[in-house]
Amino acid sequence: MPNTYLKIDHVSKTFPTPTGEFCALDNVDLAINQGEYISIIGHSGCGKSTVLNVVAGLLDPSEGGVILENREISGPGPDRAVVFQHHSLMPWLSVYENVALAVRRVFKGKKSKAEMHDWIVHNLTLVHMDHAMEKLPSEISGGMKQRVGIARALAMQPKVLLMDEPFGALDALTRSHMQESLMEIQTELNNTIIMITHDVDEAVLLSDKIIMMTNGPSATIGEVLEIDLPRPRNRVRLADNPTYNHYRQQVLSFLYERQRNPLDTKAKTEVSAETETPVETEKSVENRTPETAVTKSEPEKGDPQPPQDQPALKIVDRSGQAA
Amino acid sequence: MANISITPDFLRTSIDVKAALRAILIPLVAILIFLAIWEFTASQIKTSLGLVPGPIEVSKQFSTLITEHNTEREKAAAFIERQKIRNEKKLAKNPDAIVKIRPYTGAPTFFDQILTSLLTVFTGFIIASIIAIPIGILSGLSQTFHTAINPIVQIFKPISPLAWLPIVTIIVSAVYVSDDPYFSKSFVTSALTVTLCCMWPTLINTAVGVAGVDRDLINVSRVLQLSSLTKVYKIILPSAIPMIFTGLRLSLGIGWMVLIAAEMLAQNPGLGKFVWDEFQNGSSNSLGRIMVAVIVIGIIGFILDRLMLLIQSRVSWDKDAILR
Repeated sequence: MPNTYLKIDHVSKTFPTPTGEFCALDNVDLAINQGEYISIIGHSGCGKSTVLNVVAGLLDPSEGGVILENREISGPGPDRAVVFQHHSLMPWLSVYENVALAVRRVFKGKKSKAEMHDWIVHNLTLVHMDHAMEKLPSEISGGMKQRVGIARALAMQPKVLLMDEPFGALDALTRSHMQESLMEIQTELNNTIIMITHDVDEAVLLSDKIIMMTNGPSATIGEVLEIDLPRPRNRVRLADNPTYNHYRQQVLSFLYERQRNPLDTKAKTEVSAETETPVETEKSVENRTPETAVTKSEPEKGDPQPPQDQPALKIVDRSGQAA
Repeated sequence: MANISITPDFLRTSIDVKAALRAILIPLVAILIFLAIWEFTASQIKTSLGLVPGPIEVSKQFSTLITEHNTEREKAAAFIERQKIRNEKKLAKNPDAIVKIRPYTGAPTFFDQILTSLLTVFTGFIIASIIAIPIGILSGLSQTFHTAINPIVQIFKPISPLAWLPIVTIIVSAVYVSDDPYFSKSFVTSALTVTLCCMWPTLINTAVGVAGVDRDLINVSRVLQLSSLTKVYKIILPSAIPMIFTGLRLSLGIGWMVLIAAEMLAQNPGLGKFVWDEFQNGSSNSLGRIMVAVIVIGIIGFILDRLMLLIQSRVSWDKDAILR
């Protein structure tokens, strides 16, 4: 592909364990264009974060490599900024100083002091955190901390923005606010983004492409789903959109029918442990009985469907009918 | 139902007053009971120096020590005044005369000795911190270094100051040779003994604090490609500050305990020497004076600990941490 910006080239990763090698990733191969928003989705422990860490350079791949703008990456760097799940702000630095730490490092010698200050304020304004610049992380809410984490990453002007379940630790309402903000920012900046998520709605709402990973060990890319929905996207209007629902259904069916977590009981406890994630899809998994899981229905793309109030319960209803 | 949970204002203030009274009264009563038991028990024990002094006798000895201190100060002032007058007279007679100004050489009072002890413990403690914090940081950063020094640390940690003292004394006598020493040998010996005994908690706690820095923060520093020095300065040290201070507090407490023992044997003119001298003196007042010293040692130890706590709460970013 001529315009491939970031290439994850046949990456495998094994970890040494006392009982022998553990193969976390097997032959992950992916080409990403500039300005694309990619989501990686999969069950817990499927190696999503390993992929992200390899791209970030925080982990070295056992085989293969990552090529960014025709150059192989080695080690971490500010051109691949990471937004961590738990904000990872320095608790002793103010919001402003947290962003400043990154800006001073990245733009040392390139921007004057005044320019750096403007750039810090600009990025904090972008995430609507300019009102709390002098606050310490302990004085602001979880959502606000994550906003600052995003501002810090954006302020590095990365070639690729990597986000590791950026909203995973937030409550549902804050999470949807953050998603809106992110879409707003993305319209403006058109960054190349790789986001790890376990939230189907989030993936479909935000992404251009969804990468669905098979279960580990030896996890790899199972399917790639192109999301061809016009932007700007509106979650309320999309709820009635048959194409949107079709995409959701495809992801759900991949995750819960074709890639059922082999340790189903474990998966269930994990799902119920993530009660902060009141996404209906996961409830529907809990409700699902093994018999209904066997039946699956994949509507054709654009298949007209009646509007539903709770699209997430769709699978259960349909498979119930089928059974 | 609702009005049960609402406390009227006048009741609430009375609750506050009650809480305050409780915080003061209960310890006060406990102290009074303790003093009563002390007074009673002391009067039952007869020693070679007479009866064991009770709190009343001890407080009398305390005021005697204050009087002695004041008398000594007056003597010193008088001496300096006399010397000044003598020198002026000498100069008036012969402007080229060489005048000598001699310091007052009276015996140190109890309060001079407290100051000496504080100076000694801080010297030892600061040397210990200067050594222990960097080693602790290295040990927390590098598993190899930690594995290398851990056995040495663990073996040196439990050694009593009394065991160190002869070695330190002999080494100081051999190495610290100067015609006009700025510090006396006894001071150096005591301070170094304090250093040897109190560096371990700081070292160990610093290492634990540094090793326990949040992985995510380390990853942030890797993404930012911070140099090792910037990483230590900007991320690791601030992260480890609460643990370092926990270590420093423990160290200062140990240092103060060790100091008294070291001063007794090294004859450093501090509180330890005061206790030792009184013990050797063996007058009927000696036991009372030693007990004054014991109580003062306890109170100063407590104040030092509170002081460290105060600094810790000022320096630490973790305002939610419960400090006690």
